[in-house]
Amino acid sequence: MLQAIILVLAQVTVLLAVSPFLVGLIRKVKARLQLRRGASVLQPYADLAKLFQKQPVISTTASWVFTATPYIVFASTLSAGLLVPTFISLNPMNFAGNIIALVYLLALGTFFLILAGLDAGSAFGGMGSSREAIVASLTEPAMILSIFAIALTNGSTNLSTIVHRTALLEGTVTDPSPQLMALAALFIVALAETGRVPVDNPATHLELTMIHEAMILEYSGRYLALLEWAAGLKLALFLSLIANVFAPWGIATTAAPAAMMIGLLVYLAKTAALAVVIGIIECMFAKLRLFRVTDLLGVAFILGLLGLLFFYTLRS
Amino acid sequence: MLNLLWILLGSYVVGILLPFCLPRRAEVQSLSAGVPAVVATSAGVVLGLLGLTSSGFITGSLASTIPLLAFTIRIDPLAAFFLLTISLAGLAASIYALGYVRHFDGRASVSTIGSLFNGFLCSMTLVVLADNGFFFLIAWELMSLLSYFLVVTEHEKTEVRYAGLFYLIMTHVGTAFIIVAFLILFQGAGSFSFEIFRHPNQSLPEGMRTLAFLMALIGFGTKAGIVPLHVWLPYAHPAAPSHISALMSGVMIKTAIYALIRVYFDFLGGQFPWWWGFTVLFLGATSALLGVMYALMEHDLKRLLAFHSVENIGIILLGIGAGMVFQSYGLKELAALGLLAGLYHTINHAMFKALLFLGAGSLLYATHVRNIEEYGGLLRRMPWTGVFFLVGAVSISALPPTNGFVSEWLVFQSLFLSYQLPTAFLKLMLPIAAAILALTGVLALACFAKAFGISFLALARSTQARHAEEVPAPMLVGMGLLAAFCVVLGVAPMVMLPLLDRVVAPLAGISIEGKVLAMDGWALAPVNVEFSSLSTPALSLLLMALALLGWGLAVTFGGRLRKRRYKTWSCGINLTPRMEYTATGFVQPIKRVFSTVYQPTAKLETEFLHESRYFAKRRHFEFHIEPIFEKYLYDPLVAFFTTLADRLRVIQAGSLHLYLTYIFVTLILLLLLAV
Repeated sequence: MLQAIILVLAQVTVLLAVSPFLVGLIRKVKARLQLRRGASVLQPYADLAKLFQKQPVISTTASWVFTATPYIVFASTLSAGLLVPTFISLNPMNFAGNIIALVYLLALGTFFLILAGLDAGSAFGGMGSSREAIVASLTEPAMILSIFAIALTNGSTNLSTIVHRTALLEGTVTDPSPQLMALAALFIVALAETGRVPVDNPATHLELTMIHEAMILEYSGRYLALLEWAAGLKLALFLSLIANVFAPWGIATTAAPAAMMIGLLVYLAKTAALAVVIGIIECMFAKLRLFRVTDLLGVAFILGLLGLLFFYTLRS
Repeated sequence: MLNLLWILLGSYVVGILLPFCLPRRAEVQSLSAGVPAVVATSAGVVLGLLGLTSSGFITGSLASTIPLLAFTIRIDPLAAFFLLTISLAGLAASIYALGYVRHFDGRASVSTIGSLFNGFLCSMTLVVLADNGFFFLIAWELMSLLSYFLVVTEHEKTEVRYAGLFYLIMTHVGTAFIIVAFLILFQGAGSFSFEIFRHPNQSLPEGMRTLAFLMALIGFGTKAGIVPLHVWLPYAHPAAPSHISALMSGVMIKTAIYALIRVYFDFLGGQFPWWWGFTVLFLGATSALLGVMYALMEHDLKRLLAFHSVENIGIILLGIGAGMVFQSYGLKELAALGLLAGLYHTINHAMFKALLFLGAGSLLYATHVRNIEEYGGLLRRMPWTGVFFLVGAVSISALPPTNGFVSEWLVFQSLFLSYQLPTAFLKLMLPIAAAILALTGVLALACFAKAFGISFLALARSTQARHAEEVPAPMLVGMGLLAAFCVVLGVAPMVMLPLLDRVVAPLAGISIEGKVLAMDGWALAPVNVEFSSLSTPALSLLLMALALLGWGLAVTFGGRLRKRRYKTWSCGINLTPRMEYTATGFVQPIKRVFSTVYQPTAKLETEFLHESRYFAKRRHFEFHIEPIFEKYLYDPLVAFFTTLADRLRVIQAGSLHLYLTYIFVTLILLLLLAV
């Protein structure tokens, strides 16, 4: 019991500590590829600290939903993050929810963000909310299908169990194609869910392009800090998911201190590598028009479906 | 326990008669109908719980002189579960009605509404308790007729009369199919008694069983609102007074679910080919998706909610359909899981849909408008209604840790376990149904973000919304009760699941309580903990703890800085409600992406100033969605029958001699046939 509590607290700390770093890393990679020097990788930490110390300004038209939303988004994203193994595969919160619970916990945050976007009464917020709704609704089916392909190959929908089994090579991976399809689908989903190019651009405040930024336009001070942190947490969550589900090697499979230290280092290396990949993608592609995003997410859906088809045709 | 049954039925009878015997004052009449209803539904809740927990069945009967008809009543776990569902929603609605019906004073007879309300509740109760086919049909017909009278409460409006007529026709076409289904069962059993229907060695040939399946599906499907038989639902449900809408949408359509389970699992013995289950599953997926898609485009709050009932019936059928597929392959545990998921969603939907309809009624009470484009900013004017509506919205969007999430999660699990099926086709179809369920879930989220966001947040969009006031206490109590149930059924599923298991066990032939509940009931784990698990108590604790953590971080890093209030920056001009995003604008991208389904048509007319074409005097914009089923299915059918009736008119010439000839010829023919 005590060990479980310590592990949960460690997980919370790791996620909270790592997520600004990943955001900073992506920004740095982008800057370097654009031949800029870019801010330090640690800049997001400074941003957060600064934001927390600023006096928040709340719109006079906004209701309590507006001020409650940052806490709800922060809590739901972080609890979703606790369902994903990071440096140790034996996640103590494994029993609390499987991957569907993760999807719906993230949806809880999305729901309140959409409401908060509408609450201030400005047209920008409403626009962001409306766009977020369509992106979210196209992402989810693709996510469920790819999840199912992964679950089938591992005989479980609990993330910790999946990672643990893969790490110990318990599953019989005769043919990796279902996993590859699911990986591709999940990668597209991750780009869409975390609001990255080519679906959304986190570095813009131009009304024609923004989705996530438009929804949180009216936030300031500690509320904005929590929302920014939550966005970083979501990024960390998806990177951990991809890293550990598809390549869990190096993760600690026992609670021994040495294994956990190695697990932590390997985890940092893997997520950093993925962040670099995302940074490169952001530089290589332009943001898609909103109605072209449909096609991209359609591709993700088909990939997830192919993963399933491959599983059934190759294994039977 | 039989005493309780008498209290239940007696109170309803009192509630039906009393409103007509007392002085015609709105307060007195609302009490005279409301108090008996509260007593009766409370008795129903207790009786339902007793029926779910006691080991024996409660049975009772009243002699009748009509052959084949016997007023027999039986409360087995299945009936008890539906009795509980009806009574819980009925209890909240009758408390709510104490405040709400005064709204009708002067416009409609409060005593008639109260009396019909009791009769309607009573007929629904009898539908699920009846243990005789004839008796069942009488109760069913009463339920349909009484709800029809309630639908046409505001009969001075043309659209209400149209809705009523539409409902009356559809429900009777449905009943015709149900009668055929019962006649087939009668043919196999030789009696209308349910006791004999469910006798296992009844001899019905395979073809007749299939026919019974289809007839029951169409007949009860009409009541349940399965696509494409759903078309009456968005007209009839919103037309009734809101507490009636809550019961029609939340509970009445569930009686059809009850009857389907009764016929398929009880009477037909749960033995059927796989395609029965697949048909139900397919219809469920279609209803879920189309229901939510049409709901998204709707800006009349009550019509929006009515379309969501189509969606949720679809989700319930996904669970039951999956259960039927598993049942036909003898996978009893999974069949039980599918049924359990469907039933859990049934009670959950009854709670949150009734809550949302009562919320819509409160908005109507306070503003007298139904279009959400005319609300706005109501959370400040009506804080409690707002909070309760938000709980309902979160529940229906299946967000953790509320009740909608738990039951949808169970449906997901049963669909995911399809890999145990023997055929590749079904192995692939069930996950696709899960993907459709995921899409449905997110579209519902978008829809309720729209409904709540546009109605309750930002600035008021009309004078009515600006002057709205919080509704009276009984209405708040009714909504609060349902909101509490939504939270409890979500956070503590271990309370409900053992009861549901008792319903499912005799139908699927296996008890799965030990399998579904793991860790002393603190987690749900269908099949095993290794495959999947969910613990909503843990998740809710986690959410609360982490929200506190967020608050703690804010305090530690930033101290207790005072918030500053300032107007929203709107590019230098003063913010007006006209700048806010509208519901139409909100769903525009969704309409465009799914234009194949909606077939939208938009029309923009501009009237220019005489002096210059650079300035518009007036612009008129309207957009429509193609009602596909009405246009391509119902309109041709109606046209066909109208033509047929026209042709047949030649034999009805108005001459008495001619009619006597018809009778004579018929008699001769019958005599010839008899020989």
